[in-house]
Amino acid sequence: MSYIPIADQKEEMHDPHSFVAKYVWSMDHKVIAIQYGTIAVGVGLVALVLSALMRLQLGYPDTFAFIDPAEYYQYVTMHGMIMVVYMLTALFLGGFGNYLIPLQIGARDMVFPFLNMLSVWVYLLSVIILMASFFVSGGPTGAGWTLYPPQAITEGTPGADMGIVLMLASLAVFIVAFTMGGLNYVTTVLQARTRGMTLMRMPLSVWGIFVATILGLFAFPALFVSAIMMTFDKLLGTSFFMPAMVSIGETLEHTGGSPVLFQHLFWFFGHPEVYIVALPAFGLVSDVLSCHARKNIFGYRMMVWAIVAIGGLSFIVWAHHMYVSGMNPYFGFFFAFTTLIIAVPTAIKVYNWVLTLWEGNIRLTVPMLFACGFIFTFLHGGLTGIFLGNVTVDLPLSDTYFVIAHFHMVMGVSPVMVLFASIYHWFPKMSGKMFNVTLGKIHFWATFFGTYAIYLPMHYLGFLGVPRRYYSMGTTEFLPESANALNANITLAAIWVAVFQLVFIFNIIWSLWKGKKCDGNPWEATSLEWQTPENPPAHGNWGPELPTVYRWAYEYSVPGVKADFVPQNIAPEDVETVDGKPYVGHED
Amino acid sequence: MSGESLSLSGHAKTVVEDWSSDKQAFNVPWGKFMMWMFLVSDTFIFSCFLVGYMNVRRTTTDPWPYPSEVFALELFGQNVPLILIAIMTFILITSSGTMALAVRFAHFRDKEKIFKLMLVTALLGASFVGMQMFEWSKLIAEGVRPWSNPFGAPQFGSIFFMVTGFHGIHVTCGVIYLLVIARKILRGDYDKKGDYSIVEITGLYWHFVDLVWVFIFAFFYLW
Repeated sequence: MSYIPIADQKEEMHDPHSFVAKYVWSMDHKVIAIQYGTIAVGVGLVALVLSALMRLQLGYPDTFAFIDPAEYYQYVTMHGMIMVVYMLTALFLGGFGNYLIPLQIGARDMVFPFLNMLSVWVYLLSVIILMASFFVSGGPTGAGWTLYPPQAITEGTPGADMGIVLMLASLAVFIVAFTMGGLNYVTTVLQARTRGMTLMRMPLSVWGIFVATILGLFAFPALFVSAIMMTFDKLLGTSFFMPAMVSIGETLEHTGGSPVLFQHLFWFFGHPEVYIVALPAFGLVSDVLSCHARKNIFGYRMMVWAIVAIGGLSFIVWAHHMYVSGMNPYFGFFFAFTTLIIAVPTAIKVYNWVLTLWEGNIRLTVPMLFACGFIFTFLHGGLTGIFLGNVTVDLPLSDTYFVIAHFHMVMGVSPVMVLFASIYHWFPKMSGKMFNVTLGKIHFWATFFGTYAIYLPMHYLGFLGVPRRYYSMGTTEFLPESANALNANITLAAIWVAVFQLVFIFNIIWSLWKGKKCDGNPWEATSLEWQTPENPPAHGNWGPELPTVYRWAYEYSVPGVKADFVPQNIAPEDVETVDGKPYVGHED
Repeated sequence: MSGESLSLSGHAKTVVEDWSSDKQAFNVPWGKFMMWMFLVSDTFIFSCFLVGYMNVRRTTTDPWPYPSEVFALELFGQNVPLILIAIMTFILITSSGTMALAVRFAHFRDKEKIFKLMLVTALLGASFVGMQMFEWSKLIAEGVRPWSNPFGAPQFGSIFFMVTGFHGIHVTCGVIYLLVIARKILRGDYDKKGDYSIVEITGLYWHFVDLVWVFIFAFFYLW
């Protein structure tokens, strides 16, 4: 069957005219990206407030009468689930994925714009369902973000009536939304690249988002299935995850289910989910680092293969979350082994980032500050991961604040650092305006030191044995008084960080309104999105003709070339050299 | 394609060349690739369901019902095991055959024949769903419920209704999908570009639903 690629044909484009078609029910990937981003940041702020409330309770127990134990658990649960799924996943893939994929590979839009539009609206629906659980009787679920049965659906757990049902429904709807978007991202990357844009010339951002999307398409099904099964356990009285048990003096109807089955399904999703968040972050930060260090990314091919390897390995490590679950102890050996292997490609990436900075012509811009901050926090969180990946070390540290510190460093703070770096880096492209640099720097230093003030002491609390998910510690033999003082300090730091995020929000809104206009390529970057004819890019991105790509996206500081960067779409004969000799590139 | 002259290393070479080329990694329409991707994702969903089934069948404390007794029909005063399910499976596999024929006629752009064959496929699919409803109502009449059943482990009812229901929804969606596409074919919606690949894409989905059924059949009725 003959098939003609339509990427070059303008008449195939949808052509919106009215305001509503352009900005509300829009099929343009850039508008959809900003819609995704706005919803994700909005719901992320809710989760930020919840974390501040949690910290108030932990730092100053018995002070805030309005936080009772049930509410505390609801804050914990909703904070975790919102941040991981509805904020980070949606912002990286729905936000940056939508914005950057077509622009960086030289496409006019995603391959199926209508499906893409559905994706964002279904995502909004899932957020509304989730938020609705705050208003039903019993409130949202307080089962912890892992939603482990039997407790998640057993009387006594906060939100065990309607909260958990809405949570599961919202997750299922989110997965539908993600699938519609994700199919688009994968197909666009593989099938709609412009002339000359081979897979091995794609910016690492696209590689990270692409592999993360594939992980999502294969990992979310496990969550989908477990959500359906748990909903049936709750609403129909089936016993997939529910063993025979006595609850509050009564024998329940359930019999013969397997709670560990849920944990396997959940973590078969849950571990790849870590990399669904981390891989786009790896990709985006590579582009930011290379651009602001004015140097090609070190070991591009290795970086690509490391992303692919991490993606593959992420599917065979899930049970390292379950060392204390009562699964067959022999599993621990296998899963510890695979877990520690992941440190190899990850370490390659960290070395390559540092080597990219090495002898670079570093410009300490706001995005660069956040990108460098990411290297610190990620290295930090990664190293504690090696502790927890070992069964024998994990057993005493399991369910302590050490775990909290680890995963907040590695998949909380680090991806958020990249998010800020990316938002600042691409803000001039998305809005055509420049943000306020001073406010941006204040935001960085306050956030960077603030997060360290929060999470560094938590490692110590973990070593002391402070258990996670406790409403208050009370008086115990093994906790010194200083642990409580430390908790109060962490709370102060957390509120400090939360307050300084307002600086960021203010900066973005103020700059959108009053920011200085900037030209299309303020960072002097090489990748395609900075070479669009209009800034911000117009509908269809490229004007009458698609760009042609001649090289990779990391042609910075090439010896003998006049400018210190060569955009991907400049023909070799048009590159001005110092001595008039023909230009020879870095690549290959 | 030089076909037979390609050795294995020759095939590997073309794969590498496709993947290192610009524009497209696979020489197929966008929609077809997307359907493949969706089906792989859907495979993970069904795999998780089946793994869940194997797991609860092992953990449940009550005996598992004997499938050839539960799924038996009384015909002419005799209990015939698995007769209904054999017919259902036969019908679904036949529908895969008619779908394959429709794809064949899509190559010739024979609108009439495509329409008829897709319609037959949809009807076979609908009759499969109808028989499934009959089977469900028979089991419900015998007292099988999602939360319990008179033959033994309550998980038998739960997992059976859940997985066959989920598959039944897939078949139902497929029937609607087939009817919509068949109508569009007959109306000539695809003649503008002369691109009939949608028939093949619909076919992919339909064959997938059949393939899943083979696994469900094996795991639920023969094990």
